[in-house]
Amino acid sequence: MEQLINLFIKSIFVDNMVFAYFLGMCSYLAVSKTVKTSMGLGVAVTFVLLITVPVNYLLHTYILKEGALSWVSPELAGVDLSFLSLILFIAIIASMVQIVEMVVEKFAPALYAQLGIFLPLIAVNCAILGGSLFMQQRNFTSLGQASVYGLGSGIGWLLAILGMAAIREHLKYSQVPAPLKGLGITFIIAGLMGMAFMGFMGIKL
Amino acid sequence: MKPLSKGNPVLVLVLGICSALAVTAQVKPALVMGISVVVVTAFANVIVSLLRNSIPNRIRIIVQLVVVAALVIIVEQVLKAFAYEMWKQLSVFIGLIITNCILMGRLEAFALGNKPFESFIDGIANGLGYAIVLFIVAFFRELLGSGTLFGYQVIPQALYDAGYSNNGLMILPPMALIVVACIIWVHRAINKDLQEK
Repeated sequence: MEQLINLFIKSIFVDNMVFAYFLGMCSYLAVSKTVKTSMGLGVAVTFVLLITVPVNYLLHTYILKEGALSWVSPELAGVDLSFLSLILFIAIIASMVQIVEMVVEKFAPALYAQLGIFLPLIAVNCAILGGSLFMQQRNFTSLGQASVYGLGSGIGWLLAILGMAAIREHLKYSQVPAPLKGLGITFIIAGLMGMAFMGFMGIKL
Repeated sequence: MKPLSKGNPVLVLVLGICSALAVTAQVKPALVMGISVVVVTAFANVIVSLLRNSIPNRIRIIVQLVVVAALVIIVEQVLKAFAYEMWKQLSVFIGLIITNCILMGRLEAFALGNKPFESFIDGIANGLGYAIVLFIVAFFRELLGSGTLFGYQVIPQALYDAGYSNNGLMILPPMALIVVACIIWVHRAINKDLQEK
C-alpha cells in the first residue's frame, strides 16, 4: 500500500509527464489558452490514461512479454512478441478513446459537449502512449501499480496544463517583445515551470 | 522548401514538440531521431497517399496510425540491430514517433489529397524541417552543457583552466524549452510576418 502511494506521488510530481519527459507537449501548448478548456482536456487525459495503462499492462503481461503465452500452452513459453507492442498499444488506445467517447456521449452529454473535439485528439496525445511505454519499460509487477501510475501521470499532466493556462490568462496584460508573443513566451513559461518542478526531483520515495 | 523555414513544423506549426525536446541533450541522438522521423514521414506519406482512395473516411485515423506504427516498428528494429546503444538511449521516444503530430498533421493535410511523389517530397521536407530544429537545439545544449559535440571535446582545456565551467543546467529538461523559445525569438524577429498579435 505504502509503495502504491509513493508511486502515485512520484508519478505526479517527480516524473511529471510534461516537465520531466515532454510528453503531451503539442496539446499542452495548443490548448492551454483558458483554464476552462484545459481543465476539460486534463480530465479527459487522466481518464484515458487511467483506463489504457492497466489494459495495456494486461496485454503486455499475458500476451506480449517473453514467455507470457505460457498460460495458453507450455510450448509457447519461448515466444517473445514484444516487438508488436507499439502497434497493439496504439490500437488499444485508439479504440479505448473511441469507446470512452461513445460512453461519455451517452451518459454525460454535458461533459461531452464540453470536451468536444479534445476527446478524439487524445488518441494521438503522446502522453497516453508514453504512459503505456513507460509502464512496459519499468516492469510494474501488479495491475494496481499500473493503474496508480496511469492515474498519477494523468493528474500530473492536469496540474501542469492548469498552471500553464492560469499563467497564460494573466499574460494578456503583460508587455511581451513582439517576436516572443504567443508561442515563444509559452515555451519560456513552460521552461520556468519545469525548473520549479525540478525541485521535486530530490525527494526520495 | 517552405517547411524548412517559414512553414517549419516545429517553430511555426507547433507540431512534434514532445520528442523534439526530450532527445536533444546531445547532438548524436538528436540526429538519429531526426533521420528516423524523416524516414517515417516520407514513407508514411507515400503509403497513405497510395491508399488515399481506398481508405473509408470514418476509420482513416486508425488506418493512418497502423501504417505509421508499422513503419516505426521497422525503424526501431533496425536501430536495435545496428545501433543498440543509441536505441537504449532513445528508449521510448522512438516509439513516440507514432504520436508525433507532424506525422498525423502531414498525413491529414497533405498525403490524403495528393499524389505519392509529391507526398514523398512533402514528407522529406517536413522531416528535415524537424531535424534541423532538433540539430540546432542539441548543438547548443551539448556545446554549452557538456563542452562536447558528437561526444568529442570541443571547448579547449585552456578555457577550463582559465575558470570556464560547463553549464550543467543546459542538460536538464527545462533548458530545452528555453532554447527552443530563443530559436523562435530569432526566427520570428527575422520573419516579421509570423509574429502573433
